[in-house]
Amino acid sequence: MNSPLSSTVLFTIGPVPITQAVVTTWAIMAVLVLGAALLSRRLTLVPGKRQAALELIVATLDTQITETTSAKPAPYRGFIGTLFLFILVANWSSLIPGVEPPTAQLETDAALAILVFLSVIWFGVRSGGVIGYLKSFAAPNPVMIPLNMLESLTRVFSMFVRLFGNVMSGVFVIGIVASLAGLLVPIPLMALDLLTGLVQAYIFAVLAMVFITSAVQDGKPAPVATAPPPPKKKEK
Amino acid sequence: MDYVPIVSIFCAAFAVAFGALGPALAEGRAVAAAMDAIARQPEAANTISRTLFVGLAMIETTAIYCLVIALLLLFANPLLA
Repeated sequence: MNSPLSSTVLFTIGPVPITQAVVTTWAIMAVLVLGAALLSRRLTLVPGKRQAALELIVATLDTQITETTSAKPAPYRGFIGTLFLFILVANWSSLIPGVEPPTAQLETDAALAILVFLSVIWFGVRSGGVIGYLKSFAAPNPVMIPLNMLESLTRVFSMFVRLFGNVMSGVFVIGIVASLAGLLVPIPLMALDLLTGLVQAYIFAVLAMVFITSAVQDGKPAPVATAPPPPKKKEK
Repeated sequence: MDYVPIVSIFCAAFAVAFGALGPALAEGRAVAAAMDAIARQPEAANTISRTLFVGLAMIETTAIYCLVIALLLLFANPLLA
């Protein structure tokens, strides 16, 4: 049985080996980009069926971002939405026979986690400046600096190990059951895999959102508490 | 007699077996607490279940770590290289 930690090299471009996961990733990227471009080609004020479906997706993403972090969704919609949709499509691509999901490879998940790590720094610096972002490491008091730096690395590490472990174990179990029991037996497991793929994509996006907003809020100067104006007394 | 592969396989099995115990108990407690909360306050079900999912993912990570250790022992064992 193939090791889940190794990857198959299909061909090489110059010195760079191109693995199966990379080719699948390219295909998913092409599908997502072409689909988005085709679906959003003619947007009208009164949506048709196609546009209504698209707006439903965007509105759901917006609601989730707002409810998770109570921040305005506009600056984060692009990054978080793309993360969610890409991981979802990648997880569900295992339903196509012969396709192994790229998220079942360690490299893809590590790349996604590095994206999250960099975007946390980017959003943190953009909201509070470099000084404000660096100050957020000394948040409760300066003793915590090494722990906070360690935490910002380990939480990203745990994100990608979680995604890798879940997706890979699903693929692995289906492979074992199919080789032991036969062709149609792993169908219930594949149905379970659909749920796992959705939940993991959701969790990855939500955690990225939580990390980003915590960096944004830490970097900001503390809000000045303003007392609301006293309510007017009703004259009787 | 080369005992490193045998010990590795046993350790991989033990890692998954005992590594699954703690998260299983913890997830049970978390779900039970969430059920309790939803039963008391059904209008907060949305928030509770969203937080529950994120928390379950966090708890599950420990089990996944054990799985990764087991896979390392089985497929990328540094002692066998």
